[in-house]
Amino acid sequence: MTLIRKPLSRRSILRAGAAGGALLATPTIFTSRAWSQGYLNEPTGSTVTLGFNVPQTGPYADEGADELRAYELAVEHLNGEGDGGMMSTFSSKALKGNGILGKKVEYVTGDTQTKSDAARASAKSMIEKDGAIMITGGSSSGVAVAVQALCQEAGVIFMAGLTHSNDTTGKDRRANGFRHFFNSYMSGAALAPVLKNAYGDDRKAYHLTADYNWGYTTEQAVRESTEAMGWETVETVKTPLAATDFSAYITPVLQSDADVLVLNHYGGNMVNSLTNAVQFGLRDRVVNGRDFAIVVPLYSRLMAKGAGENVKGIFGSTNWHWSLQDEGSKAFVRSFGQKYGFPPSQAAHTCYVQALLYADACERAGTFNPCGVVEALEGFEFDGLGNGKTLYRAEDHQCFKDVLVVKGKENPSSEFDLLEIVEVTPVEQVTYAPDHPQFAGGALGTCNSGA
Amino acid sequence: MDAILLQILNGLDKGSAYALIALGLTLIFGTLGVVNFAHGALFMIGAFCAVMLSRLLSLSYTTIDPDRTDFLGNPLKVETPYVEAWFGPETGAAIIDWSVPLAILFSIPIMAVIGLVMERGLIKYFYKRPHADQILVTFGLAIVLQEIIKYFFGANPIPTPAPDVFAGSFDFGAMIGMDPNVIIYPYWRIVYFLFAAVIIGGVFAFLQYTTFGMVVRAGMADRQTVGLLGINIDKRFTVMFALAAVVAGLAGVMYAPINSPNYHMGMDFLVLSFVVVVVGGMGSLPGAVLAGFVLGILESFASMAQVVSLLPGINQIIIYLVAIVILLTRPRGLMGRKGVMES
Repeated sequence: MTLIRKPLSRRSILRAGAAGGALLATPTIFTSRAWSQGYLNEPTGSTVTLGFNVPQTGPYADEGADELRAYELAVEHLNGEGDGGMMSTFSSKALKGNGILGKKVEYVTGDTQTKSDAARASAKSMIEKDGAIMITGGSSSGVAVAVQALCQEAGVIFMAGLTHSNDTTGKDRRANGFRHFFNSYMSGAALAPVLKNAYGDDRKAYHLTADYNWGYTTEQAVRESTEAMGWETVETVKTPLAATDFSAYITPVLQSDADVLVLNHYGGNMVNSLTNAVQFGLRDRVVNGRDFAIVVPLYSRLMAKGAGENVKGIFGSTNWHWSLQDEGSKAFVRSFGQKYGFPPSQAAHTCYVQALLYADACERAGTFNPCGVVEALEGFEFDGLGNGKTLYRAEDHQCFKDVLVVKGKENPSSEFDLLEIVEVTPVEQVTYAPDHPQFAGGALGTCNSGA
Repeated sequence: MDAILLQILNGLDKGSAYALIALGLTLIFGTLGVVNFAHGALFMIGAFCAVMLSRLLSLSYTTIDPDRTDFLGNPLKVETPYVEAWFGPETGAAIIDWSVPLAILFSIPIMAVIGLVMERGLIKYFYKRPHADQILVTFGLAIVLQEIIKYFFGANPIPTPAPDVFAGSFDFGAMIGMDPNVIIYPYWRIVYFLFAAVIIGGVFAFLQYTTFGMVVRAGMADRQTVGLLGINIDKRFTVMFALAAVVAGLAGVMYAPINSPNYHMGMDFLVLSFVVVVVGGMGSLPGAVLAGFVLGILESFASMAQVVSLLPGINQIIIYLVAIVILLTRPRGLMGRKGVMES
C-alpha cells in the first residue's frame, strides 16, 4: 500500500493561513458559547445535580432548615412545578420551567454544621461522589470562605448563602464564587445616616465584637461609618465566640461614658448579649441627658425571635424582609407561605435567589461549564427578585442592591412580625470601589472549570 | 471600686450556676463513683422544663378575626390561651407571666424521674467499669438528650422571661451609699443567687441533719462498712442521683430568664463545672461550692476590658490557668479528701 501525499502548494498554504487568521480574529462573544465540553461533573443524562450545603445540625440549624426549604421550592419552580414563585417577576426570561437547559434539576444536601472543615468535607463529597455541578448555601462567613476556596480548586461554581463578612468578596474572593447577600460595609453605610437622624451626630459608641472574622469586619465597617459622621468610639472589646453570659462585658459599659452600645454579634451570641444588655437596664438608661441606644448591625428574623421582647426599638440592617411590597417579594412570600405555612427568612430569600440566578446564568450561557456561568453572571443586571435593581459586579462577584434598615417592632402582630422597615437605603449609598481598603488584598483569579 | 464590686456581683451569679452544677456532679461522684458527663444535659433539660411549662400554659384555642389578615392575606387566626379563657384575661396573663417560678414545682418530679431512669436504666451498668467508659457513655447520653431537645424545640434560643415584677434592674450602688447610676444590677440575677444559696443550704442541711443524709455521708466515707451493717446503701445512692438531677434541673429552670435556653447550653457549662469539681477537690461538696464561686468571680474579673487589654485572651483561659496552679500546689484540690481517685 502506497501512501500518496499531496505536495503543499502555495494556494493551500494561503488558504490555511486565511482560515487560521479568521479564527483568531473572531470576537470572543462568538466563542463564549463554546464552553460545551471538558469540565467537571458535566451532566450527560437527563438530569443535573445541585449541591445544597447548609447547617442541618449545630447552632444555625434552624436557619439552615429555612435555607433548605427555599432551595426545595426553587427546584420545584425550576422544574415547572408549583406557582413559579419569583420566576414570573424575574427580569430575565431565560428560565422556562423545564429544568436547566432542558435537564431536570435534582439535588443532594450536605451538613456544614457551621464548621469550616465539616462544610468542606460535605461539599467535597457532593462534588466527588454525587457529581454536583454547583454548591450553594451556608450560614456563616467562615464556612462560605472555606467552601468557596474548595469550589475554586475543584472547578465548580459556589453560590454563597448567608455570609456577611467583607472578606467573602474582599480579600478571599474567588472567580468561581458569587454572593447575593449584602456585607458588613453595606450595613455600616446604610445604618450610619439612620442612626444620625435618630440619635444625633455626637454620640459615644462602645463596641462588643464577636472574636472572629465576621465580627472584625462588621466592627470596622460600623466604626468607620459612624466616626465619619461625628461619633466617637470609646472602646472596642472582643468577646469569645463561645461566650454565653455577657454580663462581664456589659457591666464595663455602665462604667464608661458611652451612650451607644453596638453589638457586633450574630446568632446565639447576639440573642444572649442583647438579652443581657437589656437585663442590665441599658435600654432604659440615660447618659449625659440622652437616652442610651443599642444597635445590632446584622439582624435576622430568627435571631429577633430568640431575643424576644428585647429587640423592641433596636436598629439594625437586613438583606431582605418578607413584608416588602414589591412584586417579586410578594410572589416569593406567597409561594413559600402556602407551602410551609409561615413567611420566609432573609436566609431563605438569598438562597432561593441564588439558585434562580445560577440556573438563569446557565440558560443564558447555554452551558453548565463554570467558566461560561461566570461570564454570564459577571456584570449581570436584573430586577424582580425582591431587592429592586441589582448588579452582580464583575470585579468582585458581589451583588449591589438596596439595603434595608430595620427596627425591632414595638407592637408585633404575630411571631413573625418582629421587625419593621425604617428605610430602604438606595444602592448608590452602599456602593464602594472594588479596591476599597475594607476589601483590599484579594484577587478573583481566573475561573476553573475543573478540566 | 465600683467596677470591682460589679464584677464580684457578676461572678456571684455565674458562680451560683457553676456551684449548683458542680454540687450535683460531686454528689454523684461521691456516692456512686461515677463521672457523669451528662450532668450538663440535666441543667439544660431543667431550663427546657421552664420553656415547656411556659408553652403548656400558653396553649391556645384559635378563633378567626375576619377584620384582620395574616401575611398571606387570609383572615387572621387569633390565638387565645386557655388559662386566660378559664381564669379571665388578667389572672390568666399573670399565670403565664409566672411560668418560670412555677416551673420549679413542675420540674422537680420530671428531673427526679429522669435521674432515676438514667441511673437505673444505664449508669448502674457502668459502676464497675473504668472511668473512661463512664465518661464515654455519659457523654454519649448527653449528646442524645441534646438532640432530643433540639428535635422538639429547634436550635434557636427560646426567650423565657422572668415575671414582670423581676424584669429590669435596680441601683445597687445607691442602696449601699455609692453614687447613683453606677452599679446597676438585674433583679433576676439577685434572685438567682439567693435561690442558689437556698438550694445549696438545703442540700447541706439534708445531708447533715437527717438520718438519710447521715447514712449517705457514711456510705460516701466507707461504702463497704455501711453495707455490712445491713443498710441498702445502693438504694440511697440512687435517690442521691435523683437529687443531683433535681438540683441541676432547678439550676437550669432559674437560669432560663438569664440566657434564652438552647439545646447546647448544658455543654457550655459542663466542662467548666468539671474544672470546678477538680479545683474544689473530687468528692468534696463544700469544695465544689467554694470553687464554683471563686472561679465564677475570677472569670468575671478576667473579662474586664482593662485586664483583657493587658493580657489578651486571659478571659478564655483563666479558669484552666487557676486549675493548673491549684493542682500543682494542692493536688487534691482546695478541699479534696485523701484516697479519692487515688489507687
